[in-house]
Amino acid sequence: MADKTKLARQFIQAIPHAQELGMVLEEIGDGTALISMPYDTKLIGDPQSGVIAGGAVSALMDTCCGAAVMCHPDAPGGTATIDLRIDYMRAATPGQTITTRATCHHITRNVAFVRAVAMDDDADRPVATASGAFTVENGF
Amino acid sequence: MSRPRPEHIQVVKQRRDAALKALLDSVPYIQFLNVSFDRRGDELTAQLNFSEKHIGNPFLPAIHGGVTAAFLEITAVITLNWSHLWERIESGALDPDEMAKGILPRQPKTIDFTVDYLRSGLPRDAYARATISRAGRRYASVHVEAWQDHKDKLFAQASGHFLMPQDGDKS
Repeated sequence: MADKTKLARQFIQAIPHAQELGMVLEEIGDGTALISMPYDTKLIGDPQSGVIAGGAVSALMDTCCGAAVMCHPDAPGGTATIDLRIDYMRAATPGQTITTRATCHHITRNVAFVRAVAMDDDADRPVATASGAFTVENGF
Repeated sequence: MSRPRPEHIQVVKQRRDAALKALLDSVPYIQFLNVSFDRRGDELTAQLNFSEKHIGNPFLPAIHGGVTAAFLEITAVITLNWSHLWERIESGALDPDEMAKGILPRQPKTIDFTVDYLRSGLPRDAYARATISRAGRRYASVHVEAWQDHKDKLFAQASGHFLMPQDGDKS
């Protein structure tokens, strides 16, 4: 189990696009992952308000959901996204780090089901939620 | 019957290209992902110009699912905004020079976005086109399809809902 978490951690930290977005893996284990992404002006999607692009939040959600699958006790290896739905509840406050927590709440031999929530400093009012289905791969 | 003399081809092209460029240049994230657009009349095709920083799984290698989602969402928002602003660009109500200075109408806001990953994204350029299923006064529904080598072998598709900017929104 500890080995699986370690492997998942190494894998997530080696993803070129996750590094490009400045993602930091804060917690991982037992089918749950917490990843943060600091505010950066290059990620702005709305020039008038300085709000981060929805796409950058999608990339954070997708990475975090994948991490949650890989560290699930019943997952044998890697994973790929089958489908991901994101609901954007409000604009993230410019300047604040976005943190995502994903949970792999059900896994079969072939499919893993994941839910995630994204927050800024005001953790009581989520910025976005996601739900998705992921493949269950035997290797990485 | 008489009609006004049509504008010169260069005048038309220059206005449309300048307006589109202003929309794209205003969004840092579009530059960051290196997404460009091809225009034919009012029809847009988006292009994700491949870079190593788009990789999600270095072992395959494959494009990050988040990059695919972001690319499709950019295609949807820009296509929707472009179609929403088209009449005002054509009539001259929107001046491309002013737009280039950052004086732009507010963009549509994403309400929800669902991406269907059909096959793994290969480490090369990708293309996408969005179709507006319904453009209402408040809400719009958009579908996007993305491909790499073959137009009829999609690697991803998405659909989403957007909140249109209202007249009262401050810009």
